[in-house]
Amino acid sequence: MTPPPGSLLTARDLRKAYGPTVALDGAEFSIHPGEVVAVMGPSGSGKSTLLHCLAGIVPPDSGSITYDGRELAGMSDAERSALRRSEFGFVFQFGQLVPELTCVENVALPLRLCGTPRRKAERAALTWLERLEVDDLGGKRPGEVSGGQGQRVAVARALVTAPRVVFADEPTGALDSLNGERVMELLTDAARSTNAAVVLVTHEARVAAYSDREIVVRDGRSRDMERAV
Amino acid sequence: MSIGHTLLGLLESGPRHGYDLKRAFDEKFGQDRPLHYGQVYSTMSRLLKHGLVEVDGIETGGGPERKRYAITEAGVTDVQRWLATPEKPEEYLQSTLYTKVVLALLTHRDAAGILDIQRAEHLRSMRVLTDRKRKGDLADQLICDHALFHLEADLRWLELTTARLDKLRAEVAA
Repeated sequence: MTPPPGSLLTARDLRKAYGPTVALDGAEFSIHPGEVVAVMGPSGSGKSTLLHCLAGIVPPDSGSITYDGRELAGMSDAERSALRRSEFGFVFQFGQLVPELTCVENVALPLRLCGTPRRKAERAALTWLERLEVDDLGGKRPGEVSGGQGQRVAVARALVTAPRVVFADEPTGALDSLNGERVMELLTDAARSTNAAVVLVTHEARVAAYSDREIVVRDGRSRDMERAV
Repeated sequence: MSIGHTLLGLLESGPRHGYDLKRAFDEKFGQDRPLHYGQVYSTMSRLLKHGLVEVDGIETGGGPERKRYAITEAGVTDVQRWLATPEKPEEYLQSTLYTKVVLALLTHRDAAGILDIQRAEHLRSMRVLTDRKRKGDLADQLICDHALFHLEADLRWLELTTARLDKLRAEVAA
C-alpha cells in the first residue's frame, strides 16, 4: 500500500505476537518530517513493541513498514543497522549511557561508530551538550551526574548524528516534573529546529502535550486521535 | 472565580476607578475572559451596598462623572475570609461525562468513542496550555500548570473509565 503523501515513516497492518501473547494486532502509524507524534496507551498495550518495529529493532510477523520510500523488510540486517546508526536516534527511559565513557564520549559515540574521527566527533558532541545546557558535564562519567542531567546527555547523543527520526521511549519516565518538562522542551525544540520527526512513547498526558498529535494503542490496535473527533 | 473578591483584593493596594479596576483585572486574571464594564459597575454597586467598598472621591471632567472606590475594613476582612476558605473541588465535568457514558451504554452507543473524543479534546487543551507556558513568563507557567494538572487528572479518569467499560456495561445492563 502507498504511504500517505509526505510521510517519512509509515506502518500498515502490523501484527506481532510473542508466543500466545498478541502485542500488535493490525496497528497503523505514519509520521512526517518535523512532526512529533505521541504514542499513548496503557501498560502492555503494545506501544513499545510498535516503536521497536518502527525502528527496525524487532521485525513484525506481518504488515509493512516503509521508511523514506523503502520497505524495512526488504533490507538486510546490515542495512537496517546502518539506518539505525545514521538516520535514527534513540532516547530511553534510563538514558542507557555507557558508564565507562565520559558524557562527551557518550554523545560522540554514534558519530565514532559511523567512522567520524574522534576530535571532530567530540567537537560536534560538545555543541550538542551546549544546546542541551550540560556542556559543563562533558568530562564527567554518567555515574557522576543526576538523572535529569544524564537524560539531557542522552538526548544530545540521540541528536548528534542529525537523525531524521528520533525514537523516544518514556524519555521522562524516571524524572521529576521540572526536569521532565525541561527535557521535553529541549528535545522537541532541538528536533523541530533540525526537522527531525519524533516518535514519543509515553503514558503521561503532560509529556504527550508536547506532541503535535497522538495515537492511542489499545490491545495492539492503534487509533489516530485526530480522526476520533 | 469570585469577581467581587478579586476586585476587592485589587483595591487593597489603593483606591481605583472602575476603569482602572477592569484594566488591572484583565491584565492579571482575564487573559481568556476579560471583564465587561457592566460586570465591574454592577459588582461595585453590590460591594458598595454591602459596605465592603466606599466612594473615595468623584471626578467630574468633560465626560460623565467617575467614582473612585476604596476598600473598607469590612472589605479587607471579607477578602481575608475568602482567601482562607478552600475551594470546592470541581466535580461537574466528571458527572457530565459519567452521565454521557452511562447513557451511551444504555442506548448501545459507542461509549469508548465518547471517551476518546473527550480525551482528544483534553489533550488539545493541554497542548495549547503547554505552548502558552513555553512562551510565557513565570506567572503564565504557574497558571497553566494548575490547569494542566487538572486536565491530566480528568484524563486519568477517562483512561480508567475506558479500561472499566466492560464492567460498567455489565452493571448498567443488570
